[in-house]
Parts: sequence; C-alpha cells; structure tokens
Amino acid sequence: MRERDEEWTGLMRSAISGDSAAYHRLLKAVVPVLRAAARRGLARAGQPVDQSEDIVQDILLAVHLKRHTWDVNAPFAPWLFAIARNKLIDSLRRRGRRVFVNIDDFAETIPGEPAAETASASEVAAQLQSLPARQRDVLQAIAIDSASIKDTAAKFAMSEGAVRVALHRGLASLTAKLREQ
Amino acid sequence: METDQLIRSLAADNAHRGHPVGFVLALALLAAAPVSVAMFFVGLGVRPDVMTAMRNPFFDLKFLVTLALAISAIAVSLHLSRPEASLRGWAWLLLIPAGLLVAGVAGEMMMPQRLPMMTRAVGGNSRVCLTAIPLMSLPLLAAALIGLRHGAPTRPAVAGAIAGLLSAGLAATLYASHCTDDSPLFVATWYTMATALVTAVGALAGSRVLRF
Repeated sequence: MRERDEEWTGLMRSAISGDSAAYHRLLKAVVPVLRAAARRGLARAGQPVDQSEDIVQDILLAVHLKRHTWDVNAPFAPWLFAIARNKLIDSLRRRGRRVFVNIDDFAETIPGEPAAETASASEVAAQLQSLPARQRDVLQAIAIDSASIKDTAAKFAMSEGAVRVALHRGLASLTAKLREQ
Repeated sequence: METDQLIRSLAADNAHRGHPVGFVLALALLAAAPVSVAMFFVGLGVRPDVMTAMRNPFFDLKFLVTLALAISAIAVSLHLSRPEASLRGWAWLLLIPAGLLVAGVAGEMMMPQRLPMMTRAVGGNSRVCLTAIPLMSLPLLAAALIGLRHGAPTRPAVAGAIAGLLSAGLAATLYASHCTDDSPLFVATWYTMATALVTAVGALAGSRVLRF
C-alpha cells in the first residue's frame, strides 16, 4: 500500500512537470481502485453496480480539472481519495439516496479486478453529443480515434494551439454538464 | 465512452494546468475591492476627526481586529480549497481576532470611563454598522467565492462561511475608519453581528456554488 502510494505520488509529480506518459500511467493505475470503491458505494446504497463506470469517469474528470489544488509536497493518495469520495457521495445523492461514504472505502480497497479490463459508461458519452461541434470533434478524435494533437490539427485544419484549447474547453464543459444534470 | 478513451484525452490535456487558488483569489479580491471602496466613499467616508482618533488605541484596535479576521480567514479558506483539508489545526487561527477583541474589552474595563457600559456598547452607529458592513462585503464575498470555486473544497458550506468571514473582515476594516464608536464593547456587539450575518450568507451561497 505504501509502495503504491509512493509510486502514485512520484507519477503525479512527473505529470505536473510535464510528463504526459506518467500522467497516463497514473490515471490507468488508479482506475481499478476507484472502480472497486464506486461499486462498493453503489452496492451499499442499494443501486445497480453497473453504473460504477459513470462515477469513475466523473472522478477522473474532477481529478484532471482540480489537480492544481494538489500540493506537490503532499502524498497523492489522500488528495485523490478526497476528490473521489466527494464525487461518489455527490453522484449517489444525485441518484436519489443520501449516503455516507467512509474514507476507508478507498484507502483499504485492493484492486481485485483485472486491471486490463476497460469499461464503458454512458453519461460522458451522452454529454459529449451536446458539446459545441468543434470541441466534440476534437475530443472524439483524440479520445476515440486516439489521434495525436498534431494529427487532429491537420485533420480539422486547425493550429495545434487551437486543438489544445478546444480539448481543454471540451473537458471542462463536459464536467460542468455532468454536474448540472 | 470507454474509460481508457477518456484517460487518453485527459493525458493529452496534461499541458493545461490551472492557476493556484491563491492567485485567482487574489485577482478576484483585487477586482472587487474598488467596488467596496467606492461604496464606502459614496455612502460613508472617513470620519472627520480621523487624525485625532488615530491617537486613541481603541480606534487602532478596531483595525487590528478586522484585519486579523480578514487575514486569518484568507489563510483558512486557502487551506480549505484543497479537497483533503479539514478545519482541524486551522480553526484556532480564527480565534486570533476574537482574542484581540476580548483583550480590548478587558483593557477598556480596567480604565476609568466617562460613559456607562451599556451606552458604550449600544453606541450611536449600530444601524449603520449593521447595514454598511454586510453591503460593502457583498462584492468581496462574491469575489472570494469565485476564487474558492477555482479550488476543490469538499465542505462547500464551511468554505462559504469562511469566505463570509473574510469579506466581512475586509468590509469592517473600511467601515471602522468611518465609525465614531471606538469602544471594544461596540465592536464586539455590532461588528460581530454584522459579521455573523455575512457568514451565514456565505455558508448558504457556498453550499450552492462551491460544489464541484
């Protein structure tokens, strides 16, 4: 557990200093833990666990957009679990049940699920359709067609800077739409 | 969308990172301050005998108390803008302005006074105090909430209440230079009441706008 936390903290530090590959690895590493906790939260609230992926994606977006509030000198796991807990409570509440989530739900989770498995969720995909065309196109190209920023710029005859802006705005408005729904 | 696909798009956006919360909070407060200052000069203005008043330690104490409130609330709100933060170990900062005020009240008690205690506490400006501090704090409260929204406070009502304290502290600093009631008893009664009102508004607004 301690080793895992130190690895996450190291990856996040590299990510903050500009290493996108480290960031990618970190996000992939935390997903099984988040997924297990989301399932447990849903099960405890008596709700179908197949919605867990929506919660996982919601948490990932919040982690991404709020990562400037992480202190590089602090361990990463407590920060992550605080964000995750907040999002989990929020989405369970939105689904119509008042629940309390124990912080230990996250801390004690052992990723028992096969880590290679990737799951699909519907909420982000649905909100994606309501984004402005440019943001949606860029997000789709990068996320679904796994195009690079450069390829996406060429494909839509945009500058790379404009692609970056559209990508970030797209992610930010996705998050805002998820919160308002 | 698959989670792996979402992760890919997040990693592609790694170059974009938000400004520190302190920076955004400072900008927002600097933008709102002129509005409150304008309200102050249009509606109230500095008291005419300010040069003489400055020689009265109880006049100076008012600024010490209100600024201590504003500064400690800024520190606590920045702390609470981090998701894993709790009030534990930080709440005592907010006791500093209260302690200064209590010391002032005790100090005044030990001195011979021309006016009876009740007269000093009731003063002559209570209504203005109760209106002006909340009104002047509104632009600052909005700014503080904008700044904290940039953070990730997991207890939005508490963070909003601290934003209320912060803005009330700043507004009361302005108001203190207008008010001719310098007795710490007056400050402890009316400033506190005005501050409590702004804090309640902040908590209510915070619970709505500070969720992320």
